[in-house]
Amino acid sequence: MSDVTPRHGHGDNEPENQALGSQRSGADDGSAEPEGAPHRVIGTPSPAQSRMLLGETSTGSTADSPVVRERELPADPADLVDAKRAERIVAACFILAMLAGFGFIAAYVIFGVHSVTKVWHSNLALGLTMGLTFLLLGAGATIWVRRLMPDVELSEQRHPMRSPEADRDAFVETFEEGADASQFVKRPILRRTLIAATVPVALAPVVLLRDLGPLPGTKLDHTVWRPGMRLLNYGANTPIRPGDFSSPGGMITVVPDGFQDDFNALAKAACIIIKFAPGQVLYTPQSHPVDGFTVQNWTVDNIVCYSKICTHVGCPAALYEQTTHHILCPCHQSTFDAARGAQVIFGPATRALPQLPMTVDAEGFLVARGDFTEPVGPSFWERGNSS
Amino acid sequence: MTARRRHPLAGYAVVLTGLLLAGVGYAVVTGAGAASASAPGITASAQISQGRQIFNEECATCHGMFAQGTPGVAPSLIGAGAAAVDFQVGTGRMPCKELDAECVRKPPQLNTQQIHAVAAYIESLGGGPRIPSALQVSQVGANAGFGQQLFVADCAQCHNFDGAGGALTYGKFAPPLTQATPTQIFEAMLTGPEAMPVFNNTTITPKEKRDIIAYIVQTTQEPNPGGFSLGRVGPVTEGLVAFLGLLLFMVFAAMWITAKHRKTPNE
Amino acid sequence: MSVDKALGSTGNWLDERFHGAKGFRTLFKKIFPDHWTFLLGEIALYSFIILLLTGTFLALFFKPSMTDVVYHGSYLKLDGVHMSEAYASTLNISFDGRGGLLMRQIHHWAADLFVAAIMAHMIRIFFTGAYRKPREVNWLIGIVLFTLALLEGLFGYSLPDDLLSGAGLRITQGVLQSIPVVGTYLSFFLFGGEYPGTDIIPRMYILHVLLIPGIFLALIGAHLFIMFHQKHTQMPGKGRTNENVVGAPTYPYFMAKTGAFFFFTFAAVALASTFAQINPIWLYGPYNPLAISAGSQPDFYMGFLEGSLRMMPAWQWVVFGHTFAFNVFIPALVPLGIVLTGAALWPFLEQWITGDRREHHLNDRPRNAPTRTALGIAMISFYGVLWLEGANDVLADHFDVPLYTITEISRVAIFAVPIVAYFITKRVCLGLQHKDAHLLEHGVETGIIRQLPSGEFIEETRPLDEEMHAKIARPEPLPLPPGETDTGAEVPAPGMRGGLGRVRTRLNKIVTESVQVNGHGANGHGPNGHGAHADEDHAAIGASAEEPPDHH
Repeated sequence: MSDVTPRHGHGDNEPENQALGSQRSGADDGSAEPEGAPHRVIGTPSPAQSRMLLGETSTGSTADSPVVRERELPADPADLVDAKRAERIVAACFILAMLAGFGFIAAYVIFGVHSVTKVWHSNLALGLTMGLTFLLLGAGATIWVRRLMPDVELSEQRHPMRSPEADRDAFVETFEEGADASQFVKRPILRRTLIAATVPVALAPVVLLRDLGPLPGTKLDHTVWRPGMRLLNYGANTPIRPGDFSSPGGMITVVPDGFQDDFNALAKAACIIIKFAPGQVLYTPQSHPVDGFTVQNWTVDNIVCYSKICTHVGCPAALYEQTTHHILCPCHQSTFDAARGAQVIFGPATRALPQLPMTVDAEGFLVARGDFTEPVGPSFWERGNSS
Repeated sequence: MTARRRHPLAGYAVVLTGLLLAGVGYAVVTGAGAASASAPGITASAQISQGRQIFNEECATCHGMFAQGTPGVAPSLIGAGAAAVDFQVGTGRMPCKELDAECVRKPPQLNTQQIHAVAAYIESLGGGPRIPSALQVSQVGANAGFGQQLFVADCAQCHNFDGAGGALTYGKFAPPLTQATPTQIFEAMLTGPEAMPVFNNTTITPKEKRDIIAYIVQTTQEPNPGGFSLGRVGPVTEGLVAFLGLLLFMVFAAMWITAKHRKTPNE
Repeated sequence: MSVDKALGSTGNWLDERFHGAKGFRTLFKKIFPDHWTFLLGEIALYSFIILLLTGTFLALFFKPSMTDVVYHGSYLKLDGVHMSEAYASTLNISFDGRGGLLMRQIHHWAADLFVAAIMAHMIRIFFTGAYRKPREVNWLIGIVLFTLALLEGLFGYSLPDDLLSGAGLRITQGVLQSIPVVGTYLSFFLFGGEYPGTDIIPRMYILHVLLIPGIFLALIGAHLFIMFHQKHTQMPGKGRTNENVVGAPTYPYFMAKTGAFFFFTFAAVALASTFAQINPIWLYGPYNPLAISAGSQPDFYMGFLEGSLRMMPAWQWVVFGHTFAFNVFIPALVPLGIVLTGAALWPFLEQWITGDRREHHLNDRPRNAPTRTALGIAMISFYGVLWLEGANDVLADHFDVPLYTITEISRVAIFAVPIVAYFITKRVCLGLQHKDAHLLEHGVETGIIRQLPSGEFIEETRPLDEEMHAKIARPEPLPLPPGETDTGAEVPAPGMRGGLGRVRTRLNKIVTESVQVNGHGANGHGPNGHGAHADEDHAAIGASAEEPPDHH
């Protein structure tokens, strides 16, 4: 026997389809027949283990004696009257689909855009026609399959995934012969030097990614706030006098002067100022943050300034309730007490919002005394408790 | 022998008359808040005294006879200003009978003339923010784009970008802005009702307030070009629709396609 | 006749070049089994194709750039506002191009359906045991596809650079930054420096339109080819064994059905895009790092990560000047890790526990694998608690529940609910198995009551028809744990010795706990494994308990 086995397509075996209908034992318990087509014929001979003999074609016929194949699929559905009805329904679906399809093209031409209302109408028209086209196509196709194609239930043999021993042995032989011929196993120097040569090739793409960005360095430790930098009322970007921000319970977003349009700066430097009535805030006279206390000489006239960037993962924590003096971050509900040094009272944040040291300049506007005394925003590995 | 001298309904008539007399008498004596027409040319002092009357009947129980407030129940209104009264009573939040986490918008119990009277009275007690003029809340020439910038920086974190409202702590919530009139929006910013911060006219200028109002009004009124808005809640409802709408539809389609063909009569 | 002519010319031309006659015939005759749950994967496949088509359209108009521009398009409310080019081009697609909004909405709805369908498909595969040998590799490919789909969706909805998705990006950056040792480097490399920078949108763009779709095409191709080559699994039923496939041939049946299904998928997404607005970025406004909205959630498939971030208590360690931000990287990595790693390892773990190394081509009914089903339900409820917590502020606002209460409840529920769900599901499965056993042994009740001469009443039953019987009967006995035999030998097999071996034995008993059916024992205990209950079932209505079990 030649060791060349004919190969074909997927590597699948010749499917042996057997009709099931005649194999069903008659159910005499009075239950209804689930299937439609009544009479089946056993078509092909029982499945053979090996699928090919030399000299035969795959259908089992040779050049001299062709085998007459029995039909596996019935030509027509069992109920021709119902099929006729179904044909009409399917045709109607397809005609309507075609009309809807043309409707889509018409809608594209007719309905313009460039205003919210017009876009609304255009979207309705285009979407409806497109949706109907596909819906009718799908419905028509489904009715076609279900009522026009004859019911069949056929069976195909599976073969074990595990290859026959002969095939496996042959593969092993081929593999080993090739390994021998390639010298790969017999000459370790070749093998090892090859592997050594490919190591840098594998590493090079990783190395190439180095310039994706600069190294963090100490960039995360500082913001753009500097001594004397004015606090601007975000939006109009005007400086603020304490006398103007004088209503207890007031809150507004502030940005550093000169950086009001710089998103990179604002992502760390944006702050909120809050005005309290006298006696509401728990102050500490220390010049550095103390847990649960607001640094008094960083405030001006009971106006306190905190970083707006949440210490959890960096969303703006800006939801201020003046009655409870809580700052709530809407992303994950970290809550900070603005009258107690913005310490955390609920939620996943672990650190208080940093307080920005403030004073007034010569013209009476609110300015920063300097940068924050600790890194702003989410935690990171190198942060520690640095202040 | 006196049985038939009185009409059978006489007793009822007496009771009814008594009730009527008592009611009218009470009304006369107390001058209760029946809708009094707004007389043109009503003087300031007349408005204030009308306001004091209404205040004593509707508000003093919680806010005190002199608007000094009751600790733990209602704040002092001295210095609260006419704008605060106009907002709170105009939106029906006040009078607030249930002491829940927050007083909610409901149909107002006083008419506009009465509200203005009470507002004038409160203003007379200690000043405070005034009711904005029509010009101050007019939308003409307002810049909604600038309003958008301010809104997302200072308002959206509570009220949501569409003005749909949002949750606050301990059962409070920032209400939706869909029903608020421009005047009410102005007054709310100015007076900071309940948990809302105060945005006075030197922090957010009247012009900026107009821009914010323009943004809110346009947003709440504009149509949804993509179809039904699903409440403008965002990805939460979109995800629900994807599962309960789209996926379920596909499952039904799959069931139809793979369903066993039931026998027709001719088979 | 015309069919022959067509085949004659075109077919001949192709065959002379590609030798296709045998291969195509095999393909055409290939049998596809029919069950509606087998179409769930197709929903994902066709959503993917729709994504490719609409995505190509969008890519022709979208500008992936963070350059600042001033908007002067048709959406007048934002006239004069500064925004990135990406956002401006999305506004242009929505308002200044016919069909643009429709294409955007179809793309986004199809993406949601894609992920939802993958989840449904994954759940079906799990509960029917279709991941078992020989399909473990396909299961793993599926998990990679699922993970990629999450990433692809995240990048996709972040491209327009609106306020909602930008907040999500900020959270992603904060999470990255918190990773010990390498976090800051990862963040700086991804964003090209400090957040937000100007590189992230163009980088996400190329990942979203080129790299990940390329990997998708390759993996989906592999996924389908493996399924083809190994043949699809099938549900138990009459004539269906582990050695055959029963159904209708590909040509013309399966082709027609799958074509119809493609049209239905497209129709569903198109109609959703007509009537249900999705991702209205014009209402959100352009991204600004100091702005945020109440009720900010990611798309639903990222919701479980959002929930875990909200649920986590505030834990961190600072050791020798370095911060372990547990409050961030635990919720970011652990639930995802549990779900994905658990899913990936499960086929192999189950094989190790049960010692079952046979090929499986017949699907299990979920009730017949009680532990697997219970674990699956527990995993789903774990995921579900995280999802609900992710929407906690929306729930608080709409159902009038205090905000913190929802979080506090979820912190307990995340542990309690899966455990309770496991036990309840397992009992339900075993109960259903009892019912099946009863049906198989006694048949179906007919509702006809007869009185016996002795005076007692019995209800007549009739045996199940073949169809039902084939569906319910367990087609193959449960595997015996390695080493045990029917004689109940005492010496454990090599794989069951030692500490690990005893764990394995214990797990095996739990996993293979099942109700006996028709004498097939559970755990190799022989016919009386759970037999005591079965005997009671034989008693007739009205009969006393001492009656000998000899009916029917």
